[in-house]
Amino acid sequence: MTSAAPGAPPAVSAEPGPGPLGPEAYSPRVGLRQLGSRMLTLCWVELRKIRHDRTEMYTRAIQPALWLIIFGETFTKIHAISTPNGIPYLAYLAPGIIAQSALFVAIFYGIQIIWERDAGVLTKLMVTPTPRSALITGKAFAAGLRSIVQAAVVVILAAILGVALTDNPLKLLATACVVVLGSAFFSCLSMSIAGVALSRDRLMGIGQAITMPLFFSSNALYPTRLMPGWLQAISKVNPLSYEVDALRGLLIGVPTNIWLDVGVLVLAATAAVVVASALLPRLAK
Amino acid sequence: MCSGLTYRFGDHVAVDHVDLRIEPGETFGLLGPNGAGKTTTIRMLTTLLKPAEGRVTVFGTDTVAQPMRVRRMIGYVPQLLSADATLTGRENVELFARLFDVPRRDRDGRVEEALSAMGLTEPAQRLVKTYSGGMVRRLELAQALVNAPRLLILDEPTVGLDPIARSDVWEHITRLRERAGMTVLMTTHHMEEADLYCDRVSLMHHGTVRATDSPANLKALLGPDASLDEVFRHYTGGTLDEDTAKGGIRDIRRARRTARRLG
Repeated sequence: MTSAAPGAPPAVSAEPGPGPLGPEAYSPRVGLRQLGSRMLTLCWVELRKIRHDRTEMYTRAIQPALWLIIFGETFTKIHAISTPNGIPYLAYLAPGIIAQSALFVAIFYGIQIIWERDAGVLTKLMVTPTPRSALITGKAFAAGLRSIVQAAVVVILAAILGVALTDNPLKLLATACVVVLGSAFFSCLSMSIAGVALSRDRLMGIGQAITMPLFFSSNALYPTRLMPGWLQAISKVNPLSYEVDALRGLLIGVPTNIWLDVGVLVLAATAAVVVASALLPRLAK
Repeated sequence: MCSGLTYRFGDHVAVDHVDLRIEPGETFGLLGPNGAGKTTTIRMLTTLLKPAEGRVTVFGTDTVAQPMRVRRMIGYVPQLLSADATLTGRENVELFARLFDVPRRDRDGRVEEALSAMGLTEPAQRLVKTYSGGMVRRLELAQALVNAPRLLILDEPTVGLDPIARSDVWEHITRLRERAGMTVLMTTHHMEEADLYCDRVSLMHHGTVRATDSPANLKALLGPDASLDEVFRHYTGGTLDEDTAKGGIRDIRRARRTARRLG
């Protein structure tokens, strides 16, 4: 026994009427305008969350502080690592630590999406007129925003320790953009892993397992030319190296190919958005 | 609204050639035990799952061909209590206003209206983690209403709520319907709720629809004193609790997660 008589028209067309709160039709945003609007919205949410709970911001500042104060100061004194143009090691290290703290924020960002899945929030987001790719891009940039807050803490810390960073506002703005791009890539990587692992514990495990290899196989702590050949090869395909490279160019004036760095980061972030968007429905099942 | 709708999880046919037709303005209930296929049907209606066979249209729009258009017409409250506990009530509603492209000049007004319609004006500035279960559910309704949907979809709207919170939520839904005349589709396994609030119900069992009519007509077939429970048993040969073991572990996990979130 079914409700519809066989052959009945499958569709019901209701007379258009006002919804409970007024007219139901808004001019829908589509394409790039929609993408921009969703990015703004999800960044807005992230800002509100940071405002409501700043504990994470403070606790996350501890590790970069230790790297700069203990590791950085010590290695500056013993001159163990030769830096380009003889710049002090602490100055050389600071951009690496900025990239590292942004990486740490981003690589565990997938936990949030698993939490949202478990809490049913993700399902609701996916029933709004938001394409999957816009949702992922929005989240990636929200992660970038959180990373900027973290990066700012490290920049201030480095300045207190006497590192001569640039005070050019344009370069600082560009620094923020690079941090956002890097975080967009790593947060999408994290959300992709979330789409495969499907559980918070597994994601934590995988996140822990890949963070240090990503960090040590980059040029964050030492110049690539000091690495053994095989590690240099890995460093070449590690987006973190390009992020650090760009940050060094912008913040302490080390000569770099900034367009190559930014190009690699844009490409990596775009590819990661595509992969994470494709894996998102697995989380909503 | 849907015809020949089928969905399979591997070899298991969760929804088996379901035909439903919901009239504009009515409150329609999908009734059945856990594992009957209600939620899977809802997920196809809300564009979250693509039907393996058959077709779903919402006010004439095909869910597979134009999912974005369909999403703009529906408000959806999932089974889980699912508001973001780290944001305030107001921010939760504003998020959905933004995601539904409510123009900036109307946004504040609409958010306030939705909150006040659900009696949440006063606690709106508080973080949701301080809300009770009933308040979270009302907040979710406010979220679903902020884009003024033509179809409100409620998946087990009162599951996990105590009796007082349940009647409170229903009071709000009823008032809203009286004011706006919108179409409501809900799933439930509470017979009394279906009996009280639905214009028509479909009885679902093992992925198929066994009967569809108004609760009164369904009961009338079995005599004047029949309950909807008895009607369900008559049509399906099963009870509303029998399949609990099947959906069991997942449901228990969900209930625990909900309990944890609400402290």
